[in-house]
Amino acid sequence: MPDANTLHNGLMISKSVLLAIVLAPLLGAIVAGLFRKQVGRAGAAGVTIAGVAVSCALSCWVLWQLVGQGAPPFNENVYTWFKVGGLESHVGFMVDKLTAMMMVVVTFVSLLVHVYTIGYMAEDDGYQRFFSYISLFTFSMLMLVMANNFMQLFFGWEAVGLVSYLLIGFWFKRPTAVFANLKAFLVNRVGDFGFILGIAAVLYWFGTLDYATVFANAPTIDGLTVAVFSGHEWSVATLICICLFVGAMGKSAQVPLHVWLPDSMEGPTPISALIHAATMVTAGIFMVARMSPLFELSETALNLVLFIGATTAFFTGLIGIVQNDIKRVIAYSTLSQLGYMTVALGVSAYSAAVYHLMTHAFFKALLFLCAGSVIIAMHHEQDMRRMGGLRKYMPVTFWTMLVGTLALVGTPFFSGFYSKDTIIEAAAEHAHEAGNWVATYGYWAVLLGAFVTAFYSFRLLYLTFFGEERFRQIAHDDHAHAHAHEHHGAHEPHESPWVVTLPLVLLAIPSVVIGFLTIGPMLFGSDVMGHAKQLPFFLGAIDVPAARDVVGKLAAEFHGPVAFALHGFMAPAFWLALAGFALATAMYWWKPELHHKARRLFSWPVRVLEDKYGFDTLWIDGFAGGGLRLGKLSRKADERLIDGLFVNGSARLVDFSAGLLRRTQSGYLYHYAFAMILGLIGLLAVLLRYWH
Amino acid sequence: MDYTLLAFYAFAVAAVLSAGAVVGVRNPVQAALFLVLTFFTVACTWILAGAEFLGLALVVVYVGAVMVLFLFVVMMLDIDVARMREGYVRYLPVGLLVAVAMLAEMLALIGVRARSAVPFADNAAHAAAAGDVPNTTWLARALFTDFLLPFEVAAVILTVAVVAAVMLTLRRRVGAKHQNPLEQGRVRASDRFRMVKMEATRKPAAPDAPADEVAP
Amino acid sequence: MTALATGLALGHFLALGAALFCIAVAGIFLNRKNVIVLLMCIELMLLAVNINFIGFSRQLGDPAGQVFVFFILTVAAAEAAIGLAILVTLFRNRRSIDVADIDSLKG
Repeated sequence: MPDANTLHNGLMISKSVLLAIVLAPLLGAIVAGLFRKQVGRAGAAGVTIAGVAVSCALSCWVLWQLVGQGAPPFNENVYTWFKVGGLESHVGFMVDKLTAMMMVVVTFVSLLVHVYTIGYMAEDDGYQRFFSYISLFTFSMLMLVMANNFMQLFFGWEAVGLVSYLLIGFWFKRPTAVFANLKAFLVNRVGDFGFILGIAAVLYWFGTLDYATVFANAPTIDGLTVAVFSGHEWSVATLICICLFVGAMGKSAQVPLHVWLPDSMEGPTPISALIHAATMVTAGIFMVARMSPLFELSETALNLVLFIGATTAFFTGLIGIVQNDIKRVIAYSTLSQLGYMTVALGVSAYSAAVYHLMTHAFFKALLFLCAGSVIIAMHHEQDMRRMGGLRKYMPVTFWTMLVGTLALVGTPFFSGFYSKDTIIEAAAEHAHEAGNWVATYGYWAVLLGAFVTAFYSFRLLYLTFFGEERFRQIAHDDHAHAHAHEHHGAHEPHESPWVVTLPLVLLAIPSVVIGFLTIGPMLFGSDVMGHAKQLPFFLGAIDVPAARDVVGKLAAEFHGPVAFALHGFMAPAFWLALAGFALATAMYWWKPELHHKARRLFSWPVRVLEDKYGFDTLWIDGFAGGGLRLGKLSRKADERLIDGLFVNGSARLVDFSAGLLRRTQSGYLYHYAFAMILGLIGLLAVLLRYWH
Repeated sequence: MDYTLLAFYAFAVAAVLSAGAVVGVRNPVQAALFLVLTFFTVACTWILAGAEFLGLALVVVYVGAVMVLFLFVVMMLDIDVARMREGYVRYLPVGLLVAVAMLAEMLALIGVRARSAVPFADNAAHAAAAGDVPNTTWLARALFTDFLLPFEVAAVILTVAVVAAVMLTLRRRVGAKHQNPLEQGRVRASDRFRMVKMEATRKPAAPDAPADEVAP
Repeated sequence: MTALATGLALGHFLALGAALFCIAVAGIFLNRKNVIVLLMCIELMLLAVNINFIGFSRQLGDPAGQVFVFFILTVAAAEAAIGLAILVTLFRNRRSIDVADIDSLKG
């Protein structure tokens, strides 16, 4: 059996390749952003697409080097950023298989989104600006995943947050967009607060921010405690991991910091696909997976991760059931799937989480881009109640969307099934092993989530592509959107241009096959068909102690993707998904009036779901409002107390006492003489008293 | 009975009473006159103490010059007597209280020692110092030897005082003509006198031209 | 009582001086309408001081006391002259010798 040492047959990933991967999109972004006039629209698109294409090609090459050719992981500093006190901060790259996988996913989806944008934003004034931003995003995300130290990770973290802000508020003249981008940024900031504390804690206890050093020394903090509040000892590992996870909660939109993701749908659909499905929101998942050596030291932190993930997975999915905006449904679906990934992290199945990240990137981006295609056809109408029956007019979109939906709900043989089922089985295994209520809760959440996922996904399909063509009735009385492109003639929807549909097809392919092909090699350390043992894919990147290695246990029962899929047909998750499909078919296709009745019958739960469990109220009125009130209080204190009492008050005091004292200066000689006499009498008295 | 002591008491009472009158009377002329009386009685007291020269100097200088000056000024100024008494009664209690307090303290300070003081007649120190020399001689001997410089300075002070007094009150009369010797001394011939060269004769001009010549 | 029987002593002079001084002080305080009486009170104070000097000179047999009285007399005369000159100028400008009118230094 080949081991790690003999794989090194002289092949090295070169530094310049990695630099090219990172800098090509940045260059594209700069040209498209700052030299707009010189390059024009076509030039902006061309430059950025070229940059990202180069990145994608090189990323695939790097992955091949690591996987096929057995090159060792790359970990080197490229540039020294600063040295302050005892802290040295570098720009460096750590490229192992985990990173390489992320790189390929990011650049591939980014490339497809770039191409898609040519069609989607064709009539928008900010065409070049958009290309510049999404290229900039690609650069930032690559910096994040390729980082070899916490400081660079944080740089990438903040940079993607910034670009996300810019892109959500791309149509900055819309107040809803501006509100949404600020909300996203601020909620992220709350997460970043915890993240910074976590990084600072790492620096404090390890003395360095370099990944390799920190992970190598991870066992040193095992068992260490610190008194955060006097008298209460907390485990250092738990503290660090929880703080880091708070950052992940913000970035990956876990409850309660999930409120920004649905609002981020204000941005153009391409970025919803790129950022809020495939890449940025997965940064948190990636980060926790990368920090697995630290998280393995704290069971408490992992239980917290599991709990939050399970809550997100199930409850946000429920909200998706009552949404009418096509993008919002998919947004809540994203939230739910992020919850799944988090659950996987919580049961120590890091590889399963990252695997689901990869498959989800493909089919969720596909779903968003399909939705975008529908939106274009509907002249930027996003309400599903005004769609219907589009199957005839947009076949390509329909079939690719169907593929994506099947992948999402976990139909056996499709990619989503492999990753999702692994997670459900891992959760089951963990619940069986650990036996505490969190694990059980986690298992039931992901299991029942399968039902919910199937239900809202097929609801979306039926409302959009089947049934009566509701858009015809509304076309008569509603020309609400002031879009300049009314020259489409009749409001007859038609298929989108090839620049839009080609990416859909290109994403549909991996949504079908990638699970089948990679589950063996990536998750279970076997070859594609399940035979022969190879090294686990994530060796060196993700290391879980054998006692807690859930995936390892599942690997023992893995007999190949076909067997896995056939076994899946008999799993409870499949039956639940089938039930969701059946219910959706019944309510939205077979007898559409049923769903109206259900809405009336379940009006109270529907209202709770539409209100999103009151989280928005909590954050906006509670926290933001509370902050505002605190600010007003401070202002009053400043005005009345500091300004009024101390500043003005002391001036008034001086004024008052001066007014009193000036009376001694009467100007009259006899008063002055009298004062002297009194002094004299006093002196005499003293003399009398002490003279002897 | 000690006649010296009795005389002293008589003079002292008179002095105190007339001092009180200086402060108390309405009319400033009367006040000045009472001050004169105070000086006189105090001079007598001084003579009792053996300072004859100074006692007389007090009368000559103070009463003769300073008080006369006071009287000049009082009578020169046209003062409204009626207005002058306002506020006197209101402040009287406080003023009296202050004065009495001060007096009591001073007497207390003096008092203890005074009881054990040696009377002047038996004062050994004085007897040794003064001897048989008259007071004036005694005083002069000290003044013109040990205290010569202060004496001269005192003279300068007086001179300065005179000049100052004049400077303060001098008024120039408008319209009066004065001679200024300084200016007169600075005059030059060219300011007063101008030489002009002229011919003895002149050509006859037009018949009706006026003849206007300076005789040689 | 003992002072009466033993004869004229230093204490008598000092007491007289003290009394005159206090009367003069009261006079300065009580007199609010007449600058001339103010000047006279100053002269009285100087007189009181002179009495003290004479007494001590007699007691100690030291001519310095009387010499000092000499100088005080001189200076007091000079000061009285200038004081009256000021008074005259004041009267010319203000047409009043009311002390209460002299309050330009009022704060």
